[in-house]
Amino acid sequence: MSPTQWDFPVELCCRPMAFVTLTGLDVVYNAVHRAVWDAFCANRRADRVPISFKVLPGDHEYPKCRSKRTSYEWYIPKGVLKTGWMNKHLNLVPALVVVFYELDWDEPQWKEKQSECATRVEIVRQSLQGRNTKVAVVLIQKKTPLPPGEDVIASERAAALCNVCELSGKSLFVLPHTDHLVGYIIRLENAFYEHAQTYYYTEIRRVKSHKEFLNKTTHQLLFVRHQFKIAFFSELKQDTQNALKNYRIAYNLVHELRAHETNILEIKTMAGFINYKICRLCFQHNTPLDAIAQFRKHIDLCKKKIGSAELAFEHAAWMAKQFQAFGDLFDEAIKLGLTAIQTQNPGFYYQQAAYYAQERKQHAKALCNHDAAVMYPNPDPLETQSGVLDFYGQRPWRQGILSFDLSDPEKEKAGILAIQLKERSVVHSEIIIALLSNAVAQFKKYKCPRMKSHLMVQMGEEYYYAKDYTKALKLLDYVMCDYRSEAWWTLLTSILTTALKCSYLMAQLKDYITYSLELLGRASTLKDEQKSRIEKNLMNVLMNESPDPEPDCDVLAVKTAQKLWADRVSLAGSNVFQIGVQDFVPFVQCKAKFHAPSFHVDVPVEFDVFLKADCPHPIRFSKLCVSFNNQVYNQFCVLEEASKASEVLENLTQGKMCLVPGKTRKLSFKFVAKTEDVGKKIEITSVDLFLGSESGRCVVLSWQGGGGDAASSQEALQAARSFKRRPKLAEDEIHWDSVIIQASTMIISRVPNISVHLRHEPPALMNEMYCLVVTVQSHEKSPIRDVKLTAGLKPGQDANLTQKTHVTLHGAELCDESYPALLTDIPVGDLHPGEQLEKTVYVRCGTVGSRMFLVYVSYLINTTVEGKEIICKCHKDDTVTIETVFPFDVAVRFVSTKFEHLERVYADIPFLLMTDVLSASPWALTIVSSELQLAPSMTAMDHLESQIDKVVLQTGESASECFCLRCPSAGNIEGGVATGHYIISWKRASVVESIPAVSTVITLPHVIAENIPLHVNADLPSFGRVRESLPVRYHLQNKTDLVQDVEISVEPSDAFMFSGLKQIRLRILPGTKQEMLYNFYPLMAGYQQLPSLNINLLRFPNFTNQLLRRFIPTSIFVKPQGRLLEDTSIAAA
Amino acid sequence: MAVCIAVIAKENYPLYIRSTPTESELKFHYMVHTSLDVVDEKISAMGKALVDQRELYLGLLYPTEDYKVYGYVTNSKVKFVMVVDSSNTALRDNEIRSMFRKLHNSYTDVMCNPFYNPGDRIQSRAFDTMVTSMMIQVC
Repeated sequence: MSPTQWDFPVELCCRPMAFVTLTGLDVVYNAVHRAVWDAFCANRRADRVPISFKVLPGDHEYPKCRSKRTSYEWYIPKGVLKTGWMNKHLNLVPALVVVFYELDWDEPQWKEKQSECATRVEIVRQSLQGRNTKVAVVLIQKKTPLPPGEDVIASERAAALCNVCELSGKSLFVLPHTDHLVGYIIRLENAFYEHAQTYYYTEIRRVKSHKEFLNKTTHQLLFVRHQFKIAFFSELKQDTQNALKNYRIAYNLVHELRAHETNILEIKTMAGFINYKICRLCFQHNTPLDAIAQFRKHIDLCKKKIGSAELAFEHAAWMAKQFQAFGDLFDEAIKLGLTAIQTQNPGFYYQQAAYYAQERKQHAKALCNHDAAVMYPNPDPLETQSGVLDFYGQRPWRQGILSFDLSDPEKEKAGILAIQLKERSVVHSEIIIALLSNAVAQFKKYKCPRMKSHLMVQMGEEYYYAKDYTKALKLLDYVMCDYRSEAWWTLLTSILTTALKCSYLMAQLKDYITYSLELLGRASTLKDEQKSRIEKNLMNVLMNESPDPEPDCDVLAVKTAQKLWADRVSLAGSNVFQIGVQDFVPFVQCKAKFHAPSFHVDVPVEFDVFLKADCPHPIRFSKLCVSFNNQVYNQFCVLEEASKASEVLENLTQGKMCLVPGKTRKLSFKFVAKTEDVGKKIEITSVDLFLGSESGRCVVLSWQGGGGDAASSQEALQAARSFKRRPKLAEDEIHWDSVIIQASTMIISRVPNISVHLRHEPPALMNEMYCLVVTVQSHEKSPIRDVKLTAGLKPGQDANLTQKTHVTLHGAELCDESYPALLTDIPVGDLHPGEQLEKTVYVRCGTVGSRMFLVYVSYLINTTVEGKEIICKCHKDDTVTIETVFPFDVAVRFVSTKFEHLERVYADIPFLLMTDVLSASPWALTIVSSELQLAPSMTAMDHLESQIDKVVLQTGESASECFCLRCPSAGNIEGGVATGHYIISWKRASVVESIPAVSTVITLPHVIAENIPLHVNADLPSFGRVRESLPVRYHLQNKTDLVQDVEISVEPSDAFMFSGLKQIRLRILPGTKQEMLYNFYPLMAGYQQLPSLNINLLRFPNFTNQLLRRFIPTSIFVKPQGRLLEDTSIAAA
Repeated sequence: MAVCIAVIAKENYPLYIRSTPTESELKFHYMVHTSLDVVDEKISAMGKALVDQRELYLGLLYPTEDYKVYGYVTNSKVKFVMVVDSSNTALRDNEIRSMFRKLHNSYTDVMCNPFYNPGDRIQSRAFDTMVTSMMIQVC
């Protein structure tokens, strides 16, 4: 029996197709026949009818049909289904035999050719004697046939040929050999298909007709057989619905058979076959749930039919095959478009098949383990005369025997022994691994990562049992991280245990050490005795010795491994193993912690390394190294102890190189940071722990950063959540969870021991030389040197402020824009302890607002840290906020000579410019001088001298000046006339004399200048007397280039009598003057209204009378009449 | 009754796992662990479909030949997994539901214990007793 005994036969697994035989084709030597055959074979797509073609010679011997049974009364079946039956109807007995014959309708020798064709048909019929196989004839012709009815000769000859060959008209075909051969072939195919279907239908009816002869008592097997045949013929007929229905009936009939230990295998075999057919057809009909339900029913019915206990492995093998076959069907259906889901996919069936394959292996190991003295039986009870079984599922040594009583117990025993000995040669692991691999592929596809990992573990274990330790180790190592990341420690421990065995059996040192480290760790769920054994082995390995074998290992493999380990001892290769800790959970935990997030450069940098061992027994380490991002510091952080080998076993629990399980070991380190590292971060890049020694073997556990392994982050998170009160430990003990990794620290400069003070009088006035006094006093115990001062605007503020702030050390000169905003590194020499120095800084602020002003003092000092003298650079800074305000406000007004407000001025007519300086400073201001700089378009009426020089203004006080100006005529200027600038030199009243004054330039506003065509002014005494003549002279000047017509009238006043022209019309020539003389005679004393002069310019109507009257006085003070004057008047009279 | 009962934390590590004392205890651990594939899939499907969050019972996760695995998830994403022998056909869906609710109530009592730190392995005598009662064979 072959190792593939449990495979379903090929004839069962293929899709049944109608079998049609083609004869009369010489495909080797005849090109036409070759073309015909190629047309049948090529391009058989799904749209073509399902036919299986075969070319056979005309005289081919088909299987003989047995004589028809007229009665089943005395017939006792020997089995359910013959092993050759399906193959016979698939490949041996055709449904149709087609005879190809070259014959044209216009053949000259028609009689002879017709007779030869009839002979060929008769030969075929003789070969098929007793069968219902149909026969057809295809005439290969050279000419295209004429339309039906037109070729009378063809009709006559066709009828004659059918008569001679005893064919019906439907069995004669014509195949023209033309360019459209494929089209004719396809039509032929469809015709053949109809014939085939008729044949299979006939066969179904023939089998059904036998049912009436059967009885339930003796023909139970025949019921199953006949039902199966009906279903199979229905499949061949491509009637899959009826096929499915009949297969279901057959399946139920199989399970109605009486089961016994002797025939249980045949029943299971047939049940498996029929179940396969049903499931396949269900998938084909796109009813996967029916397939699954049928399969579940099949398994439930058959799982308990174990059969002989001595052959229990057979049942397991059979069950595995059932699941595998269903998985294959499921997967094939998915490839054809079926959609599977996470909880129902082929992977589950492959998985279950693997489980039964494992069960098979276990049974085989228990049942087939015979002594070497047991010989294979001779003669071989598994051999048969024909080499194959007569019926599916029967034993070779008792074929056809249906009795439940064993007629020959000895032969039965020999048969069982032969099967058992054959089973021993089966490589079960290969079968299991293949099935698991299929399952892994499916679960990967349907997003079941944990199931995938689990099956990979099983694959690894199976490779282990198969002694392929390399592959086992590769698979197990691959999936470990999945269980670590989710903290399933029981599963991880199981995997690690198997991996440790593999690495031992292969003498893989690094893997062996790694797995030992983890199995001793806190993630491991092993018992202490197991951990003790592993720890002892690990110590042996580190001392360059061989470890003890792992329990339950294969004896032969152990011997091989022991030799490998002995070879490892004598190897001269490297014995140092670097193991990164971040990916697994070793038995040593590590946390590194700087004492503070930052250290001053003059204080030693201190940090602790905490180590905790989880192994059962104390363990020594030989070295501890801490690495930093700046490797210069590594040398200070090495803990190493050269101990003799004899001392290893002594004082295990003492010394700092020893780790006691469950206790936290604290190792402190200290070093002095370099001054160039001020402002930089010192980071721990790794912590390396050396186990073993250089003379033996050395394992370097390497933690990245400040420590932590695969489980540390979750544990730290859990500890942070915990609100448990930690148990009270001894004074020198440390609770592990309370330690938090601090893997980096910042080196900051030494604490300065100086005082820096700023003295100033805020607020600052804009553009003044503001004075700040910086006082630096040393409080150090030793001299400080190279003291430097940086003063000015603090960087990082508004860029506009930087451009408007200027700093100098010299107050005697005025800053301009070339002075910087920040003076850096001003050397001020050295300072002795207690010494104090002052430095005055002057700041000129060009804009108002708030400024941050920085004073920064740095110095060097020699100091001693840990007995080592270093040069420390210290610095201290102080900042103040300087508010800047305006010193004063300047208001400018234009008024007329009568002190009336002017919105515009008039050419050649004097006006007044008045300035008011209002102090806004909280300090007293001294106005050194003021100056009026006139624009060219303006002229002064008199000397322009400062009227407010040396004036001191207190807060809120105001100083005013008045200037008389005139604007010459300059044509018609749009937008006004520039007046000029007003410059004020000022400073604080309290500053020293050497400080220069500040000049503030105020641009005077523009003024609108207009030309007046007629200038009017008046000459009159400053006062008048009652009854005394008051002469008044009016001057009128024409300022235009045209003759001006002027209407002048005088309105009388009650206070005056006057003589002169009351109404006159004048004509004034260009550029000339006209005078008018009046005598006003006051009648009343007091401030009296003069008679008003009304002027009307006919050419300039827009110049109103009120405008022109503004330039002449409108009233005068009249003194009362004196006595002497009266006498004079009387005398004159 | 149940042959294995497990309580799984939100981060998918076991808070409690108890199975009948057989040699195949590891098999049950694997069974529970692999069932989390289906649990995670169902939880994410619930999130997408905006299913009523009061439905905590996940039903049959997947059947194996010998056992049936049922799931239950709380609002805080703690999962309960129960493994039942397939041959125990007397168990109905409603009984599984009531067992899960009983388990949930007992778990709530554990969480209410002020000395229990959430996220630690469950070590509760009352919880053990309740689990034991659900694992006793009725026959």
